[in-house]
Amino acid sequence: MAWDYSEKLKDHFFNPRNVGAMSDADGKGEVGSIACGDALTFFIKVNPKSKIIEKATFKTFGCGSAIASASALTEMVIGKTIEDALKITNQDIAEFLGGIPQEKMHCSVMGREALEAAVAAMRGEQRGPDVHDEGAIVCHCFGVTDQKIERAIRENNLRTAEQVTNYTKAGGGCGSCVPEIEAILAKVREEESRKPVPRPKPAGKMTQLKKIALIQETIEHEIRPVLQKDGGDLELVDIDGDTVHVTLVGHCAGCRSAGFTAGWIQDKMRELVADSIVIAFDETEGAAS
Amino acid sequence: MRTVYLDNNATTAVAPEVLEAMLPFLRERYGNPSSMHAFGGDVGTDVERARGELAALLGAELTSEILFTSCGTESDNTAILSALEASPDRKQVITTRVEHPAVLSLVKHLERKGFEIVRIAVDRDGNLDMVELRAALSTRTAIVSVMWANNETGVVFPVEEIARMAHEVGAIFHTDAVQAVGKLPMDMKRSSIDLLSLSGHKLHAPKGVGALYIRRGTKFRPMVIGGHQERNRRGGTENVAGIVALGKAAELAGRHLGDEQTRVRALRDKLEQGLLERVPDTIVNGSRERRLPNTTNVSFEFVEGEAILLLLDRLGVCASSGSACTSGSLEPSHVLRAMGVPFTFAHGSVRLSLSRYNTDEDVAHVLRELPPVIARLREISPFSREHPVPDGPTTCPTTCGAK
Repeated sequence: MAWDYSEKLKDHFFNPRNVGAMSDADGKGEVGSIACGDALTFFIKVNPKSKIIEKATFKTFGCGSAIASASALTEMVIGKTIEDALKITNQDIAEFLGGIPQEKMHCSVMGREALEAAVAAMRGEQRGPDVHDEGAIVCHCFGVTDQKIERAIRENNLRTAEQVTNYTKAGGGCGSCVPEIEAILAKVREEESRKPVPRPKPAGKMTQLKKIALIQETIEHEIRPVLQKDGGDLELVDIDGDTVHVTLVGHCAGCRSAGFTAGWIQDKMRELVADSIVIAFDETEGAAS
Repeated sequence: MRTVYLDNNATTAVAPEVLEAMLPFLRERYGNPSSMHAFGGDVGTDVERARGELAALLGAELTSEILFTSCGTESDNTAILSALEASPDRKQVITTRVEHPAVLSLVKHLERKGFEIVRIAVDRDGNLDMVELRAALSTRTAIVSVMWANNETGVVFPVEEIARMAHEVGAIFHTDAVQAVGKLPMDMKRSSIDLLSLSGHKLHAPKGVGALYIRRGTKFRPMVIGGHQERNRRGGTENVAGIVALGKAAELAGRHLGDEQTRVRALRDKLEQGLLERVPDTIVNGSRERRLPNTTNVSFEFVEGEAILLLLDRLGVCASSGSACTSGSLEPSHVLRAMGVPFTFAHGSVRLSLSRYNTDEDVAHVLRELPPVIARLREISPFSREHPVPDGPTTCPTTCGAK
């Protein structure tokens, strides 16, 4: 079957970047297996001070899109901090390549997994080569676990068992696990439907008025309900350019010191409003009551 | 760029003589062979001439033993469904794990409908397990369907022997001879085969025409029910141009059979031997003795087939692969899995299939261009002799071949 590969994907296959093993790698991640038809070893070299990935190389056994995905990933991670590199999703890899045929999305998933495995190895986490295969095996033909399937469903908003096969290979062998995959799909969809629907961030520049409206909406619908569930709350004090002044109240006022809630609020704001948002926490006495 | 077409088991070039022969029937001679007037009736004469040419290629006793169809798949389906309908007290079909989907998908469908399906295994060389076959045969067997030659490996099955074994229990024997017709000599007059499928586009006729040989006296039930065409065995106005083309292609195939057996075989051997010598860690899949003269299936360890084909394509070489990624599924070819070809080789398989139009220069081109392609992909691969594949299953479960 001839695949409809984009020009960029073809370029990364015919002229792969950063091929080869790295003898002085800080992290080496191995995923896939020759039995399954594709395998990837990903190497990273990280600056110990800045935590920036200075070098990334790969070796791939696999088809055109597997080689291209790994090549693309090296270009995507070089120059990024470990933290930012780990934010790369398989969709990002696919987009970078100008799209990957649906049936081949598992190639991009493999890239993301290999990077995570390399980082885990660098951090000295004791995990075997099957680092991402925690959980119970669902697909015995390809050794795919429920956790991997769930993650692919959530990250890519998958709707059908066929899509799950495209992204994880699960169900692509004898097909006997397809009912189980459908059960996982139903479960995840049920869970997702109970979560507030995330609205995509508006593209382009916003007027300050629109931004204020969006910030208020995000606080009301995304942030406060979550905090209230844990017995806390938040008040909007002021908006000054990209700086959003808020006050945590109730239980949250106490747990702010952990930094967790604060970080989460800022991430949420950046996700739904703008990347430039900074959250400033004002501690006014009145707000604590 | 020069195109070297080595995918003749997928489809073949329409022979120029074949195109010439069929064109009048797409232009001025558009009559319906069933018409009473000469304008149509004369066309019927050409259809019958084509039937005679095809009967001659097969060595059939009677031209009436030839039934024209639309393709090899239709012929296979017709044969198996006919046998089941003609023998309502027999509910079992015996076939092999390495048949074409035209048979395997049909028997899977029949299995769901309650028929008993036995799929005979093959060994590492692709040869059938004749002991298993003999044990499976019984008076419950309606039909035994075994391909004459495998499309992926070219391995030839002992169809005459199997036909006689089938007859011992009163079963009908069918062979999918799509890959064998025109490449191997056939003499149906002296054969025990009851039903034989063939396809036009595998022997230099166009796509859209096939045939089913039905030995005189074989119980037959039509699948396509309609008009009186093909002696009431297949309704539907004849694909006249296609049938005339198939007749001409059969005549040419008969003339070139010697060339297939000698020159094409020698080219194939030179290509295969040349690859084995130039590329380390390469194996041939399937028995090298009992094989079609035009086919070689080689596996290059540590690399993947689709990547090979993409690079070959840029060099003008057309081939195919049994790797997972090229099949549109996630597993390598059911044939290689049934043979127990280790994963390290199965994903890196390439089928090169020649025709009488291939030349020495074609073979030289591939021997020049293919080895660097493998070397380049091995540079990228994490596996090599020095870095062997970690322990784990080395072959695929053969039960998957039953899909």
